[in-house]
Amino acid sequence: MLGIVVGVAAVVCMISIGAGAQAEVSEKIRTLGANLLLVLPGAQNSNGAKLQAGTQPTLTEEDAAAIRRELADVQVAAPLLSRPMPLVAANKNWVTLVAGINADYLVAREWQVVDGRSFTDEEVASGAKVAIVGSVIVEELFDGRAGVGETLRIGNVPFTVIGVLDKKGLGAAGRSQDDVVFIPLLTAKSRVVGAVRGTTREALDFVSVKVSDAAAMSETQQEIEALLRQRHRIRGDAPSDFRIENPADVLTARGAAVRLLGILLIAVASVSLVVGGISVMNIMLVSVTERTREIGLRMAVGASRRDIRWQFLIEALILALLGGLVGAVLGAAAAVAIAWEAGWPILISPWAVVLACGFSGLIGISFGVYPAHRAARLDPIEALRFA
Amino acid sequence: MQPLLQTVGISKSYPSGETIIRAVSGVSLLINHGEFVAIRGRSGSGKSTLLNLLGLLERPDSGEYSLQGQAVAELSEDKRAALRRQAIGFIFQLPVLLPRATALENVELPLIYAGVPRSKRRRRAKDALDRVGLANRGHHWPSQLSGGEQQRVVIARAIVNDPVLILADEPTGALDSRTSDEILSLFEGLHRDGRTIIMVTHATNVADRAQCQITLHDGRILKVEGTSAQNSLADFPE
Repeated sequence: MLGIVVGVAAVVCMISIGAGAQAEVSEKIRTLGANLLLVLPGAQNSNGAKLQAGTQPTLTEEDAAAIRRELADVQVAAPLLSRPMPLVAANKNWVTLVAGINADYLVAREWQVVDGRSFTDEEVASGAKVAIVGSVIVEELFDGRAGVGETLRIGNVPFTVIGVLDKKGLGAAGRSQDDVVFIPLLTAKSRVVGAVRGTTREALDFVSVKVSDAAAMSETQQEIEALLRQRHRIRGDAPSDFRIENPADVLTARGAAVRLLGILLIAVASVSLVVGGISVMNIMLVSVTERTREIGLRMAVGASRRDIRWQFLIEALILALLGGLVGAVLGAAAAVAIAWEAGWPILISPWAVVLACGFSGLIGISFGVYPAHRAARLDPIEALRFA
Repeated sequence: MQPLLQTVGISKSYPSGETIIRAVSGVSLLINHGEFVAIRGRSGSGKSTLLNLLGLLERPDSGEYSLQGQAVAELSEDKRAALRRQAIGFIFQLPVLLPRATALENVELPLIYAGVPRSKRRRRAKDALDRVGLANRGHHWPSQLSGGEQQRVVIARAIVNDPVLILADEPTGALDSRTSDEILSLFEGLHRDGRTIIMVTHATNVADRAQCQITLHDGRILKVEGTSAQNSLADFPE
């Protein structure tokens, strides 16, 4: 009985977590933009101690331009340079990530400007003081009013808001992707990030590369590697001073890890269900023995062996279904608790509950056959004599 | 007129340790509709086994048995169960009732297996309880009834199907003498209604209440006494 409860609970819990993880991964891949590769600068190697990635100015705007120019399958290669900055608008302030980009970045991320417009080539080329903001900024600084045309101070520099972006929701790191301000890359270099002492003006955070064809992803990754090694004059098997990531791969791997956990839970569940089935059989065998007189009586008043067999089969089925129902409720509760505690997304599907209960019913029947058979085979005389 | 039941030399043996006990050995008897017959004998004389054979709870090893003109020894298990619920009512020494069912539900039990619809079942069960004088006890649990009342519920259950034959195995064995008397009066009443009753007992005073007494000894009919004119009994030698 407990075995069935545990087994069904594990199945329901596992399917809920698995489905939730699946849904989260596909949602994140969707908001990331399709066919995206990230080129990140390498870590500085100082006296044998590796410093954090991005500490060395190894990736430049020229690299991004070269990737786009030289490689056929690259649709866009968008450089990005960012820094958390204090924002002031009217009497409100907010600290957020300010990122210097060109218009290609929004193409690579498949990110739409829902109000206003994107950067013009001229604004990008001249380093204009214009900004495109995410929906969180509109909420925090402009009270949800349309922010287009408003003035926004980044640090001490006034910018004009020219566009508001579509909502993207939470990113892979769990941070809202809409809490962001985009300004032209040149402006970021000269007036915002570059204005901070000690920062190299040429260094980029990363380059987002959008590949035109999903099938060309790994090939393009190798081509970028070769191109940048050539441009950075890295010879032989010396390590690259940059790395290339496929964020969708990372997310898919995380989904696979959750699925592995699911397979483990299924293994636990199937063992518990078998144990549960055996305990149902035990309960029914005890019940048959305890009720020997009742069986004899039923036979004496005209029950056929088939009637007796059905009675005990149905009792086993009800027993298992009750266990299954309790297990389904417990499993759903456990999934909700896990979602609450660990912050994992879950998706309780009615199918999982139906599947688990159906399975427990099946176990009830299959493990009820033998006790029911025993009951039906009793000799009515012996059964009645049984004290 | 066709007899209700007739056996010709039926026998039944049991293995008991090393030896084989011949519980019933070549018994032939003929019982007509409307008779009230007592089978008596000491314990071990084979009287209960004979009753179980007549009630289709056991198959004879040899001999012939026909009930209402139908040879029943070779019927399938399911057909015997069907015949049991349609033609025979059982009363046991200990009042065997389902403890988790009310008196009324206990009486309904044979009708459930006979497939009688619910409303009809209720009415017939109530009529049967009324016949044994427990009309207002239908909703009591067996544990709330006295031994005599429980036995009367069993009798109600035995007659609810309107069977042609009522078989009682020591029906007063577990009751005090006053309650026994009530039960036996009930049997006499049922007999006057025209029902056929075969009762097994070891007590002479109980057997004497029947119309006719058959005494068994070592699985054979020792003697037949009584007032039934139509009774013809024969003890076939092996």
